[in-house]
Amino acid sequence: MKKLIPEFLKGLIKENPTFVLALGLCPTLAVSVTVVNGIGMGIAATFVLLGSNIMVSLIKNFIPERIRIPCFIVIIATFVTITELFMKAYSPALDRALGIYVPLIVVNCIVLGRAEAFAQKGKVLNSIFDALGMGVGFTLALILISGIREFLGSGKILGATLIKGFEPVFMIGMPSGALLVIGLLLGFFNLLKSRKEKACK
Amino acid sequence: MQIDIGQLLAIFISAVFVYNVILSRFLGLCSFIAISKETKPALAMSLAVLFVITMSSALTWFIYRFLLIPFNLAYLRTISFILVIATFVQLVEMIIRKFAPAMYRFFGIYLPLITVNCAVLGVAVLNIDMFFINGKAVQASFFYSVFQGVCVGLGYTVAMLLMSGIRERLDLCNVPKVFKDFPLAFIIASILSLSFLGFNGFRF
Repeated sequence: MKKLIPEFLKGLIKENPTFVLALGLCPTLAVSVTVVNGIGMGIAATFVLLGSNIMVSLIKNFIPERIRIPCFIVIIATFVTITELFMKAYSPALDRALGIYVPLIVVNCIVLGRAEAFAQKGKVLNSIFDALGMGVGFTLALILISGIREFLGSGKILGATLIKGFEPVFMIGMPSGALLVIGLLLGFFNLLKSRKEKACK
Repeated sequence: MQIDIGQLLAIFISAVFVYNVILSRFLGLCSFIAISKETKPALAMSLAVLFVITMSSALTWFIYRFLLIPFNLAYLRTISFILVIATFVQLVEMIIRKFAPAMYRFFGIYLPLITVNCAVLGVAVLNIDMFFINGKAVQASFFYSVFQGVCVGLGYTVAMLLMSGIRERLDLCNVPKVFKDFPLAFIIASILSLSFLGFNGFRF
């Protein structure tokens, strides 16, 4: 158990998929207009990550080295299809809001990256915690970005008005706002990192 | 088969400008940020993407129309599309390496990268969403699908060339250290995207 907790925690900050590894940015930017969409996307991606990590680490010994990538893609696509059908059946509103970005989880580099870098080497239990950590890290990053965008772009968080008389910044809700927010956040995290390195010296 | 010129124009303008694949739909963003440091590789990547998107639009249309719909398997579209695209890219790579070594050196590592470029799968899914209504193909849907593929590829090229031109000049500028490379690239992309927002008036 002692070894499993760091596997989970590393995905949250130290190896955060969005801000440190810079993987899977397309869905991050596209769906982060409202926090609800961000959380929905985060949960969907976490489910796919968990499923594919478990499957890959279970059958890793049966997959020949040379065709492993197509095999991983089929496994991932299966879980994405499950998610797609489930979302269509139980929350059609979320499905409409996320649109083509649900099937595009297949080509999300986080999922394939974890299968390739971790699950095909690690034990099943470790892979589960790795997937959960990465998934939660991705969800947290989505919540941060979509929170900033929803607040600045519409003056609301989760549909509730926070400050009365706040004039929303129209541009933050548009695609260009997503790029601006993530650019500034990446710069901010770089600043924190360089501060920390200086302090260590 | 009747093709509506107005519809073609609408597809062209919305795919290249209004809903630019990178700057407004965020598809293929990874390659856009990673390979836009210089113009020449950016152009190579754009041409490779243009070619693969066009061909895969045609291929996935055939798969959907003649395999998935008749056998009532529409829910398998994600799996089948990604497999077809991955195989096709591999095939193209082998053919180019064998018959056009000079071109292979030009495209280099960019071709295999396209498999995981979300723009390719994104356009395939988008074509199905737009040109198949309730599982039935609209008139001339094959032609529209391929045309949309070409237009999205062109939109990708436009964004790539703009971005790489700006970043080449930016190399000579003195920018804050924490913003160097990726953060600045995103902020430039944001400003580009903002200027593309001006095309929204052309919405069809």
